[in-house]
Amino acid sequence: MASMQSQDVLARSATTTPSTQVRSAVAQVAKLIDESKCIGCKACQVACMTWNDLRDDVGTNTGVYDNPSDLTANSWTVMRFYEVEPKPGNLEWLIRKDGCMHCDDPGCLKSCPAPGAIVKHANGIVDFQSEHCIGCGYCVKGCPFNVPRISAADSKAYKCTLCADRVGVGLEPACVKTCPTGAIGFGTKDDMVAYGEKRATELRDRGFDKAGLYNPQGVGGTHVMYVLKHADQPDLVGLPNDPSISPLVSLWKGLAKPLALAAMAGAVLAGFFHYMKVGPVEDKSDEKEGA
Amino acid sequence: MATKMLQRYNERERLNHWMVVLLFALAALSGLAFFHPSLYFLSNLLGGGVWARILHPFLGVAVALSFLGLFLRLWKDNAVTAQDKLWAEHMGDMMRGDKSAMPPVGKYNYGQKMVFWITASSLLVLMLTGLVFWSPWFAPYFGIALQRVAVLLHSVAAVALVVGIIVHVYAAIWVKGTMRAMTRGTVTESWAKANHPLWHQEMHKRS
Repeated sequence: MASMQSQDVLARSATTTPSTQVRSAVAQVAKLIDESKCIGCKACQVACMTWNDLRDDVGTNTGVYDNPSDLTANSWTVMRFYEVEPKPGNLEWLIRKDGCMHCDDPGCLKSCPAPGAIVKHANGIVDFQSEHCIGCGYCVKGCPFNVPRISAADSKAYKCTLCADRVGVGLEPACVKTCPTGAIGFGTKDDMVAYGEKRATELRDRGFDKAGLYNPQGVGGTHVMYVLKHADQPDLVGLPNDPSISPLVSLWKGLAKPLALAAMAGAVLAGFFHYMKVGPVEDKSDEKEGA
Repeated sequence: MATKMLQRYNERERLNHWMVVLLFALAALSGLAFFHPSLYFLSNLLGGGVWARILHPFLGVAVALSFLGLFLRLWKDNAVTAQDKLWAEHMGDMMRGDKSAMPPVGKYNYGQKMVFWITASSLLVLMLTGLVFWSPWFAPYFGIALQRVAVLLHSVAAVALVVGIIVHVYAAIWVKGTMRAMTRGTVTESWAKANHPLWHQEMHKRS
């Protein structure tokens, strides 16, 4: 996606000064994926590739319904199918629409070294500005959800944009528009949290006593949330139980940066002032010999 | 000027050294560009962010390989000996301008040896960790958890190397008469006597 001039930018990769901040108020948005309503039809995958003009390579059947079997630079959302036994003897077939979670504290943005290649818009959407992407793959290391993919065609990183282009002009994301069962909802973050909690309560009343909303606070909450039937075990559907930006990434992109700059600049300054204070080690005997 | 000259580096050593210098400068500048936003402008020296990303790993491998040439030639002279301990103890005096307590040193003093080993070990770490997240060639073969360890170690080793090189360059500026060892290959007799007396003796024994 290219930049959306109609919106403020709350955070911009590799940028130390404030980004655009002048506009007054934009509601935070969120997508809510209701696991219990999903039938695994993959209409959302088709809508995504259609709207974004993406065509993935024809893959191979891996013996399960997952197709493609993983997110790729051309498949920004995929349905993942899980056969699990949350309780022994009680088989369940769980389906999750995978894709970018649009973290409020995005690890990709924190890791990115290219100024402006990743932005977080005022409405909460985290978007890759591909024209600034240098293809280093740091976003892949920063992401707690293993979402960004580097394209073999142009060495740029791609992922779900949450249809920032559609949302920016008042439309819902393409997957939301297409979903035939209403399993994907879209609205303000507050509304989606409230609706998600309501759905979780309904599911609990119907026997899924651990149903709940997946809006992990370790990454500041997300702008893509799930209603999970087993919210106590997100790993049943391949979600991290308590995601956060890796401490290694935080150290690398946090403390290490000012410390390293101080060490390098300090070494140069120390040398300069040392020379000015003590002076050089000179070969005094040479002068005598030469004379 | 009948000052007698001693050969310190031959032609091959000098050319090897300066090849390392040029390649290191490019690799370091492009690497620093990715490390801190305030240094991103350095990527322009290599033609912008994408070119810097493409070239940096190749430059890095070239630095490591060309340093290997120097390493094989010089590592024996840089082996740390018992006398180096005494030198290290009096390093502070020397930095304050008082060289009277410094023990006589051979071809390299303890500080030079440390720079040599920091350079060698950090280049090894940089090379190994760099392969782990070299995009797009090798990164896909390694897990994300390992890549996170690799990028952090890569940064730490890079900073250690840059600081080591700053010390190296400063020492050459500080001790007058040193630079010509690498630019011309020779040093004066008195420079050798003053700074590397044991090496000076050795050179005379040899001839």
